[in-house]
Amino acid sequence: MLAVASTGGHWIQLNRLMPAFDGCETHWLTTSADQRAGLEARVAARGEAVAGFHVCTDANRNEKVRILRMTGEIAGILLKVRPEVIVTTGAAPGFVALRLGRLLGARTCWIDSIANAAELSLSGRLAGPHADLFLTQWPDVARPEGPHYRGAVL
Amino acid sequence: MILLACGTQEPFDRLVRAVDAWVAGGGGPVFGQLGRLGPESYRPCHFEWADLLPAAEFEARFAAAPLVIAHAGMGSIIAALAQAKPIVVMPRKASLGEHRNEHQLATAAKFRGRPGVFVADDETGLEAAIAAARAGGGAAGAIAPHASPELIAAVRNFIFERRKSS
Repeated sequence: MLAVASTGGHWIQLNRLMPAFDGCETHWLTTSADQRAGLEARVAARGEAVAGFHVCTDANRNEKVRILRMTGEIAGILLKVRPEVIVTTGAAPGFVALRLGRLLGARTCWIDSIANAAELSLSGRLAGPHADLFLTQWPDVARPEGPHYRGAVL
Repeated sequence: MILLACGTQEPFDRLVRAVDAWVAGGGGPVFGQLGRLGPESYRPCHFEWADLLPAAEFEARFAAAPLVIAHAGMGSIIAALAQAKPIVVMPRKASLGEHRNEHQLATAAKFRGRPGVFVADDETGLEAAIAAARAGGGAAGAIAPHASPELIAAVRNFIFERRKSS
């Protein structure tokens, strides 16, 4: 499986899901190479291993050139890893990985950041309808057709 | 040393300026990670800072800080709660060009009053929030190191659905 999040709050939330990945061959994708050592230590502490650590360019929706570069990098990583399952907490790299991964046949899970307490993130609104499991971390944001509420990272 | 954490993306001049003024008036000491500054961004005169620290150094400074002052980003808030460390947060406002939408106002509203989290609505409320944090409101125990059991189970069940059925 492939776990994806941009570095910062999204990555911290993804790491808090780590017990859900126990026993999986888990590849990780983020936007900063210097997250590797900390990740490997946390994974090793669970008696697990990092199957692969991948880095892509970070971008937000206003940075078109960086979005293109990020998309190319993620496409390359997906073609190499060929994940069966993709789990992401956002933001832009998670959106791209989810949409491209779906095209390659992966099952996908979008967990909207706990920062979005009043409404879904833009990337969540765009990615969620394409996810097999579409979650929010706030009961008030949940809808019958998704996103669903199944607890939070806190 | 108090850590000022503005995230790793846009600058947050309003908070940096307010902390600089507080240090100039005798507060601190403070070290700041200010994010990707632009040429016009405010540079503090009264405390040391970096734009982006290596992850290990940022984590070490966070762990050593008696208090964290931050934008209302979930990375800072989760890290503080996980370490039972008092945190003062001031939300970025998209209306002032400080972020792409107003989610930090929603975050601040949701976490206001949670033990160990002190919200400054804007720069005029910063000193009072710092004073409240220092008065010993950080007595809350550390949160669990992982997501809620319900969320872990939902994600794990999803990952293993097909494996079980095939």
